[in-house]
Amino acid sequence: MERNQSSRDNKTARRKFYDRTFAMLGLLATFIGLITLFALMIDLATDGAGRLSRQFLLSFPSRFPEQAGILSAWVGTTLVMLVTALTAVPLGVAAGVYLEEYAPKNWLTALIEINIANLAGVPSIVYGLMALGLFVYQLRLGHSILTAGLTLALLILPIVIVATREAIRAVPGIMREAAYALGATKWQMVKDHVLPYSTGGILTGVIIALSRAIGETAPLITIGALTFIAFLPDSPVKPEFPFISFDWLMSPFTVMPIQMFNWVSRPQEEFHLNAAATGLVLMVMTLAMNALAIYLRYRFRKRIRW
Amino acid sequence: MEETEMNTKALVTFFALMASLTGAQARAQIVQIDGSSTVFPVTEAVAEEFQKAKKGKVKVTVGISGTGGGFKKFCRGETDISDASRPILKQEMEACKQASVQYYELPVAFDALTVMVNPKNDWVSSMTVADLKKIWEPAAQGKVTTWNQVRASWPNAPLKLFGPGADSGTFDYFTEAIVGKAKASRGDFTASEDDNVLVQGIANDKNALGYFGFAYYVENQKKLKAVGIDGGKEVVPPSPKTVEDGTYQPLSRPIFIYVSKKAAEKPEVKEFVEFYMQNAAKLVRQIKYVALPANAYTLGLEHFQKGKIGTVFGGEAQVGIKIEELLKREAKF
Repeated sequence: MERNQSSRDNKTARRKFYDRTFAMLGLLATFIGLITLFALMIDLATDGAGRLSRQFLLSFPSRFPEQAGILSAWVGTTLVMLVTALTAVPLGVAAGVYLEEYAPKNWLTALIEINIANLAGVPSIVYGLMALGLFVYQLRLGHSILTAGLTLALLILPIVIVATREAIRAVPGIMREAAYALGATKWQMVKDHVLPYSTGGILTGVIIALSRAIGETAPLITIGALTFIAFLPDSPVKPEFPFISFDWLMSPFTVMPIQMFNWVSRPQEEFHLNAAATGLVLMVMTLAMNALAIYLRYRFRKRIRW
Repeated sequence: MEETEMNTKALVTFFALMASLTGAQARAQIVQIDGSSTVFPVTEAVAEEFQKAKKGKVKVTVGISGTGGGFKKFCRGETDISDASRPILKQEMEACKQASVQYYELPVAFDALTVMVNPKNDWVSSMTVADLKKIWEPAAQGKVTTWNQVRASWPNAPLKLFGPGADSGTFDYFTEAIVGKAKASRGDFTASEDDNVLVQGIANDKNALGYFGFAYYVENQKKLKAVGIDGGKEVVPPSPKTVEDGTYQPLSRPIFIYVSKKAAEKPEVKEFVEFYMQNAAKLVRQIKYVALPANAYTLGLEHFQKGKIGTVFGGEAQVGIKIEELLKREAKF
């Protein structure tokens, strides 16, 4: 009796020990990620913060490091990301919904699923080469913002699809059955229940995908992104009829990572500071984009009442 | 009802999109340039000044696809001007000929390679091409690993090598000039496409030896020691003067722009090239590259204006030619 008691105590103590150990390990793992991020930010900030100014944000590149700026780069990045998001999110979500809710469960669907999962692991330069052949030479879209946006959209499409499916799968089956029981069609069920409930998860996937796209350099250089460009794309808003213009889609462009890469590889120390400052701005842009998505996610989650 | 309205809207947007896409291309005057990242800073400087001078009426874009990548686009007729850190090669000439793209070849600046050691290295101040070949040729791989294997008078210390990666034009030129065959090099050295990494590597290792572009040495003179090239008669250190007067051999070479003849018929391209040749000397010095002698720019401009097309290299990289000699040669196609 006594011995039983003490062996039970022993076991409990051991289990508690493992529990605490795992919690510590988890905390450590989290900190490694956080510390790396902070070290990176501090490193960039100590080098680059001094260069951050209105002038830096509103000037074109220059041979004089102190006169150079990133206007064409951040405008380029913003517009390319806009095209990417507007293409990849509807396509990715639609494909995810189809695969999860509509597609029959057979070998063909299984094959498609495996392929999509594999596509997420294809190196980005391969997408660049494909886009060069398809968008630039076949469809004659030129070395343009449109081509770049579509290329990055293809690159992140698998991530959006997979995230969408995961999010949809998390919606309980009883919700679907309840909707059917009330006479809803499949589309009504998807539109009014599945999609609203899974928006939070989908947005998380979109954040990860866009954060990957914003830092890409290789595929964009392949499709002909520029390094020196001292003018902005055509304005999307016009004073005369029809007031909106899509000329900017066909404009040549550069993006932040390319500008950074160019400055980092220059011999002059001052250009390296510019590169660090560009890195800071890029990080702020990524955080802003993510903040928007997190806000949207919060709004959607608040509306859900089961 | 609601659905048809949406369809009409989508249709209208679609057509507006297509209409604006097709109309967009030819409107603005754009000079399109792509090619070598070594030439990029020169062309960037000229483009910057040119756009200022034209008050933004002409737009100039510059990419960095590399010399080879640049020629691919150039010979397809996609760019007006191609930056090149080496002369056009046979297969590129062939590609241009097939697309009937004719071109002017204009040298715009010098690019010099510098051989570097650590400042604490007190045994080396100059080397011969034969010394360098002994170190860098493919046969040296795994065998020449200490300094005294190169010259017996040097210490028995490990030889730590640094150099650019195999994709760079600097690598091509160094191997061509030292080993005698482009891309023939030993493989067991620390390679980086970023010359700044090489600077750090050599600055932190007493036994290091490496090579890279002259501009990177100029910016890091305190951290590095340049090795003079011993040509037998005298030792020539790398400097703007020795590069310009052609005595720093074989590690300096001209870099070029290639201008499409057809594009040069457009007034904005013609004007840009003329501006390039007229202002290059000043701008090249500002970005700390080595400028050609003044008459090289006047001659280049003359060739351009008189319509002297083609290359004077016949599709092969050549080492150790003086710039005056180059400009006197007859072009081939």
